[in-house]
Order: sequence, then structure tokens, then C-alpha cells
Amino acid sequence: MAEKPESSTPSVDAMGITAAPPRRSEWRRFSRVFFGRKLYLIGFIIVVIIFLAAIFAPLIAPYDPIKNDLPSRLQNPSTEHWLGTDQLGRDILSRIIYGTQISLIIGFSAVFSSAIIGALMGLAAAHFGGWVFAVIMRVADVLMALPAIILMMLIAGMMKGGGIWIVVFALSFGGIAPMCRMMCGMALSVKQNDYVLAGRAIGMSNWRIMLTQIFPNAFPPLIVGLTMGIGGVVLGEAGLSFLGIGVQAPTPSWGGMVMDGQRFLMTNPLISTLPGVAIMLLVFGFNMVGDGIRDAIDPRLRGVI
Amino acid sequence: MDTSSNDKVMKVENLKMYFPITRGLLRRKVGEIKAVDDISFEINKNETLGLVGESGCGKTTTGRCILRLYEPTSGSIIFSGNDISKMPERKLKNFRRNMGTIFQDPYGSLNPRQSAGGIVGDPLLVHQMATKRDVKDKVAELFRIVGLDPDMMDRVPHEFSGGQRQRIGIARALACSPSLIICDEPISALDVSIQAQIINLLEELQEKLALTYLFIAHDLAVVQHISDRVGVMYLGRIMEIAESGELYENPLHPYTKALLSAIPIPDPVAEKTRTRIVLKGEVPSPVNPPPGCHFHPRCQLAIPECSQARPPLRDVGSGHYVACIRV
Repeated sequence: MAEKPESSTPSVDAMGITAAPPRRSEWRRFSRVFFGRKLYLIGFIIVVIIFLAAIFAPLIAPYDPIKNDLPSRLQNPSTEHWLGTDQLGRDILSRIIYGTQISLIIGFSAVFSSAIIGALMGLAAAHFGGWVFAVIMRVADVLMALPAIILMMLIAGMMKGGGIWIVVFALSFGGIAPMCRMMCGMALSVKQNDYVLAGRAIGMSNWRIMLTQIFPNAFPPLIVGLTMGIGGVVLGEAGLSFLGIGVQAPTPSWGGMVMDGQRFLMTNPLISTLPGVAIMLLVFGFNMVGDGIRDAIDPRLRGVI
Repeated sequence: MDTSSNDKVMKVENLKMYFPITRGLLRRKVGEIKAVDDISFEINKNETLGLVGESGCGKTTTGRCILRLYEPTSGSIIFSGNDISKMPERKLKNFRRNMGTIFQDPYGSLNPRQSAGGIVGDPLLVHQMATKRDVKDKVAELFRIVGLDPDMMDRVPHEFSGGQRQRIGIARALACSPSLIICDEPISALDVSIQAQIINLLEELQEKLALTYLFIAHDLAVVQHISDRVGVMYLGRIMEIAESGELYENPLHPYTKALLSAIPIPDPVAEKTRTRIVLKGEVPSPVNPPPGCHFHPRCQLAIPECSQARPPLRDVGSGHYVACIRV
């Protein structure tokens, strides 16, 4: 959005009200906050690298991530295998690169589906109150009371087949309750504002108030929840893989690699630590991006920066 | 504006708003807050009815009942010939179009994530009085009416000053050309210099657009200035209601007298001779209001009969009503 020249804004005001300070472009303000802080920038770069790795995995991975090569198993890093090989002789670097695909697909789909369902539940609970609130929050309590891993095992076990979408379903199910609680808490505090009352006085429908008045103001913590959730889901997927109900064996997933390598932790520690580092970087990157977005879209910073 | 020949915009009769106090897990009702306790008044077309009283006397609750933001416990609210006090929400929409609201806090009453133009345009879109295409022109017109630069439409509320924000609130209230605007302490959150501007704007708009206001405030001087008639509330009831000049010149109710004696006079000489009637005690709790006249425990004129029955609001001539058996 281009800035308007100063002269084209004559004050129409009869009572000598001065015009507000000149307008800054939304995008410029956003990028200035977001890219102006080193940590956010580092996080952003990590996320971009992970995305690129996922998209161009077939081009940049030096080896096939699935094909066994038993003669060259359990090798240490060398010029041929930069990060060494695992117990089946597969190149660890290639597996990590391909693993980004699985991690991102599972991370995003699980987090977004749980966020959409959880946020709607939380919004509805907060907005309608009364018995709607009671029922929704008790359901969330029940979901919270079950340990997430047991819940996931239950779902993944019930739906045999072990496809990636079953994993996504199981993981998103575990994320609904925290999202619902967070959204409900935020929405309840946002609801106290007079503009929600004003919306009702105007005659807005409940949906309109929920989606245009409450939701945008309860949204920023959700971004942070979403990005942190991606890290959590990648870890959850690792747990499921360890138990044999995650992504099935030959498909390279970081969690599965960590678990596969733990038997060789004393002799070849790189097999499980390197995917662990990848998970850590991904979580860190997404957290930083989330924090950056939260700061950058804060309307209270408008005019200040 | 209003096509009906009736010169009453609104008639409130025996309005009661009791908020239940609940305890425990089962939300057992253990009492009631009698925020508004059986009040009746009318608002005539093109007039400003002021409603004054201390904090917690039920002025705001009255306004919110009229707007049907609360479900009144009982009583009727006749607005353009219909009782809206029990009307279901979907039928209410048509009546909401004809009522505008200006809120007290210009910071809390505007959605911080919506542009000023969006806020003002919302009522138009909700009531389908504008299409997505021409809403911008209508909003620009409203901006001009309230003295804002239409070029600022895309800005968010944080980019405006307090006075400008209140103008956005006024533009929103005006959007659907309502027949009644409820001003809930529209100036008490503003600086004194801005207060005057907003008051002038409200008066100017009333003249230009033939508006009707219910003006809720605790600032007696402002209410005197802007109102045609003034109602004085105490603990959920109207104590006295009269023409503005009459009420301030000739207050009859002992509470009104005490209230008016608290207005400082902006003249040091006269101020010295001002005699204040200082009321004893505190305002009783609306959970358990005193029997009879709510004011009798603090009243200088109180006699035993005052605690027997509620004094009716009786006419003492020329539209002056007072709820006191001692005058």
C-alpha cells in the first residue's frame, strides 16, 4: 500500500481537530518489527530452510532415504556420507532432509485441525456461556484428564493401518483441549470489552460478533499456540513412532529416527542426536516466528514503530 | 425522520431489572441486586432526557435494558409502538436499527482490530442499509458529519485521540439514522476541553438531524446544559423528573436538593456562600434496599411514614414529578 502524499489530506473538520499522524504502510510496519529483531530473523531463516528442504528434498538429498545399504551400515561422518549412516546403511542426511516433509505435513495438518476445532469450541463456550460453556468445558476437561499419549495410542490403535493421516488425526485430537481452553480464556476476557456490547446493540448476529469482534482480538496468543503446537506435534509423532503406531517404518520421520537410533546411543550417538537437533531447530524456529508475528501484528505498536 | 405522528419516541413503564446472585455449584439463587426497581418515564421526540445519579444508581442499567442488552425482569419498553422488553432477538433486529448507542469509554467501545471505517460501516451492513460497494461513501459522509477526515477511514482506533475516537462512536451511533440515541456517559472519560467539543457536536447534530437523546451522566452541570428534561435516580428509582430549568431552579426532592448543592459554582464569591447539604451515611446496598422510600434513612425530612410505603411519582404541576410524601 503506497503512502499518500501529505498534501492530499485536507482537514474537513470544522472544529479544528488535527489529523492523526501520517499513515505508515501495514506491511512496512510489520516487517520492521518482525525483521528488526535478530532472534525472529534467525527463527524465520530456520523455518524457511526447513520449508525449502521439504519442497526440494528429491533434488538436494544425496541418497535414497529408504533404500538399505547394509555393507555401509553404522558409518561415522565421511565425505561420502556427511552425517554418517544408520543401522541399515541409509544416509542420515538424506533421511533428515526427507523427514522435513513428514514433520511439516503432520505438524501443520494436526495443529491446524486441532486449532480450528478447539478455537471454535472455545469461542462458542465463551460467547454463549451457560450450559454451552459447561458442556464444552467439561468435554475439554475429560480430554485433558486423559494423558495425551494414551489418547493418541487409543485412537491410533483403534484405527489400524498406521497411515500418516491416522497419526495426524490422533495428534490433532490431543491438541483440541488446550486450544479450546486457551481460546475460551482469551475470548472471555475480550468479551468484557464494550465493543462486544456495541456489536450486540447494533444487532449483529452471534456468529458475526464471535468471528469479527471476539476472534480477531483473541487471535494473537493462538498464533503462538499454533507455532509451539507444531513443535509439540513433531515430538508427539516421535513418541507414537517409538511405540510402533506412528509413521510406518521405512518412511523417514525424525521421531522414528531418534527412536531407531537409541539402541546405538553409546556407539553411534549421531544416529539419534542429529534428528533430535533437527526437531529442536524446527521447534525453535517456529516459536520465534510465532513470537515475531505476535509482536508485529499488535495494533498497539502502530504509530510507535 | 420518524414518520409516526406520535411525539413519544419511547415509553418505559414499571421497568425492573433484578440481577440474581447465585452461589455454589448448582447456581442456587440467594438474592437479587435490584439495579432498576420499577421506574417509568417517557422520551419525547427531538428532546434530550437527562438521567443523573451517583454511581451504582442504575442509570447505565436502565440504558442497557432499553437497548435490550439485558433482559428486563419485568415492565414494558414501548418503542415505536411495540413492546420490546420481551421481544425475541430475531424480531428485535429491526428495532435495534432505530436505536444508536454512544458508550462511555472511547477506548473500550471500539474494536482495536477493526478500521474506523469498518466500525462505522458495520451497522449499515448488518441492517443491509448499504451494500459492500457503497458503504464507503456512506461512511465517508458520516465521518464528515461528525467532523472527522474521511481519509482516516482505514486507520485503527489506536491511531486516534480520545475525542476523535468518541466521534467515531458517535458516527457509528448515527449510521442507521436512529430515532433514539442512548448516550451512556459519553463524555465522562474525556478531557474537559474535549468534553465541550463533544457536547457541542451532540447538540449540533441534534439540531441538524432532529435527534432524540437519552443522556446518561453523573455530571450535573453538563446534564443541565444539554437536557430538556432531567430525571434523578437514586438506588434504582426515579426520585424526581422535571424540565431541566425547573429542576435546577426549583428542586423539590430532598435528594435532588442535596445533589444540586454539590455543584461547585464557578464564581469564588458565590461559591463561598454556597451551602452544601451533606448527606449522612452511605448509599444502601441494592441487594437489600430500605423499605418504603429508598432514600428515607439518609433524608433530613424523613418521618416514620416514609418507611411504610413507596412514595409514588406524583405530578406537582407543569410536568414536574416527584416521589416524596413530604413535599
